[in-house]
Amino acid sequence: MCGIAGLIHRGKSSNVGSELQGMLQALKHRGEDSTGYALYGDTDGKNFVMRFKVGENVGEGSSSVMEDVSVYDERKKIVDEYLSEMGAKIVKEERTLPYSLRYEIDYDAKDLLEFSQKIESIPGVEILSMGKSLEVIKDLGNAKMVCDRYSLDKVVGTHAIGHARMATESGVDIKSAHPFWGYPFSDVSVVHNGQLTNYWNNRRALENKGMRFMSECDSELIAVYIAQKMREGASLEEGMKDSLLGLDGVFTYFVATKDSLGMAKDTMAAKPLVLYESDELVAMGSEEIAIRSVLPQEIDTYDPFDGEVKVWRI
Amino acid sequence: MANIKTIEKKSKAQSMGMHTEVLTGRTQQKFFNPDEAENFYYFGTYDVDFNKRTDLDVKDMTAPEANKEIDKLMSEGYGTIVIKNPQGKHSLGVGILNKLNLIFEGSLGYFGMGSCDGPTVRINGRVGWSCAENLMAGKVVIEKNAGSCFGAAIRGGDLICKGSVGARTGIDMKGGTIIIGGDAGAFTGFMMQRGRIIILGDVGINLGDSMYDGTIFVGGKIGSYGSDAVDSELTKSDQDWLKRKLKVAEIGENFNVSKMKKIVAGKKLWNYDNLEPTEKKGAI
Repeated sequence: MCGIAGLIHRGKSSNVGSELQGMLQALKHRGEDSTGYALYGDTDGKNFVMRFKVGENVGEGSSSVMEDVSVYDERKKIVDEYLSEMGAKIVKEERTLPYSLRYEIDYDAKDLLEFSQKIESIPGVEILSMGKSLEVIKDLGNAKMVCDRYSLDKVVGTHAIGHARMATESGVDIKSAHPFWGYPFSDVSVVHNGQLTNYWNNRRALENKGMRFMSECDSELIAVYIAQKMREGASLEEGMKDSLLGLDGVFTYFVATKDSLGMAKDTMAAKPLVLYESDELVAMGSEEIAIRSVLPQEIDTYDPFDGEVKVWRI
Repeated sequence: MANIKTIEKKSKAQSMGMHTEVLTGRTQQKFFNPDEAENFYYFGTYDVDFNKRTDLDVKDMTAPEANKEIDKLMSEGYGTIVIKNPQGKHSLGVGILNKLNLIFEGSLGYFGMGSCDGPTVRINGRVGWSCAENLMAGKVVIEKNAGSCFGAAIRGGDLICKGSVGARTGIDMKGGTIIIGGDAGAFTGFMMQRGRIIILGDVGINLGDSMYDGTIFVGGKIGSYGSDAVDSELTKSDQDWLKRKLKVAEIGENFNVSKMKKIVAGKKLWNYDNLEPTEKKGAI
């Protein structure tokens, strides 16, 4: 089933970590195998923030294979070496969990594709997000568990998207959890509810163009598909509109960039989405109760129609 | 053993006056006889007084708790119940099987007013997916917008949305009337088998796709027709019915019904001549 939620404050910042946690927790009955947050925090914009993992959460319910924890340190050491080789200086380092790390990096990036390919050439290492505002945090468990584990409730920013996952077509692990980073674009993330039926055809075509897939989760295709369209010169909105024709199946998805948030709904309108829109705030989710966790008062909401694409800016 | 059970069931049913015929094929038709009414017990129904009114704040209740409380109030004879702070909760007001004046001061989530038979409901807010699914009789009015699968599989009653609705409105409906004041999404009337849908605004793609029977009236633009849906002539009788329905529904009373399009099934795919239970009552 899965549930998605997103919000964007226009013209101001807010406690988006706590707000998104409330929205996703309201949707936990749609799936709590894993939960993910893509938070666009207030930063000075000087350094990149790289969220990456050097292993999987092998706790209860995980479909991942148990590894010796010592390999995490070895992988981290190689990441540090590669960063140094590429001239990236680690300004700040946080290790929330043995397998999950957050680096602030001073790096003059010309092309994040080469950078990412180098880092991810280390077996078991995956960049969850790379950006000057974006941070993707995802792990097994429901929204509150993940929020508490990574102390997300105090994150202040302008917008955020998130996902409560019921694993259906791929494993219960972090690599299959949403949101997906729009590799290799800085600050692009995607969450999706639905199924894509032409996944392998699209994946083969995109891999031939040099794009990478880290999981076998069909939702990852959306992030890569739009990223490729943007590489070819399309705007975010154009890429999303193109996806309605290029992607087959039933889906509702959100895409966020450094300064915008967008939604797209397939032409069958088979997946739910409820939307609230005002001059100050746009909030949307798979169910109205997600929006109600942010706006408990009586509000006007609506379902976007089939084939609809909308983009809002901060 | 199976035969004995069947005979026992049949005898019991016949002694209650439920049927006197062999239950095969078209002979299943049995019209309601008022003289036999006292033989029937309507499970889950209460005698309520519409003048006896109360408020119910469901802010801190789960949906099952709220529904049980509504049931308890009906058992105490309350005929008008005002629900405060529904806050988009799912499955509120389901399974109400008797006359009741129910007012929601706010929005409902999924499956609101599902499987109801008889209540008159006003929702001063929005509703989520599958509102009033399987409605047998009664009237449900939504003051704002509605989600997808609005009025799925309804068999009777009037379902009115003053705003716009999502996709697949009236999917699989087998009777009753759905009235939309605004626009409707894709696949409206998908696989509908009986009943009528009225849309005053525009409607999306694949209207009436795979419809078996029933009628759809559209006031605005049509995105595209679905398989088997075709235009039909709007008769004087249709126009009179539309005017009457829109007036009773307090929606679009001055709407120019003569310009509406009438869409029906292009082929007779199945036979739906048997009356629904609610229609049998109405026929008497």
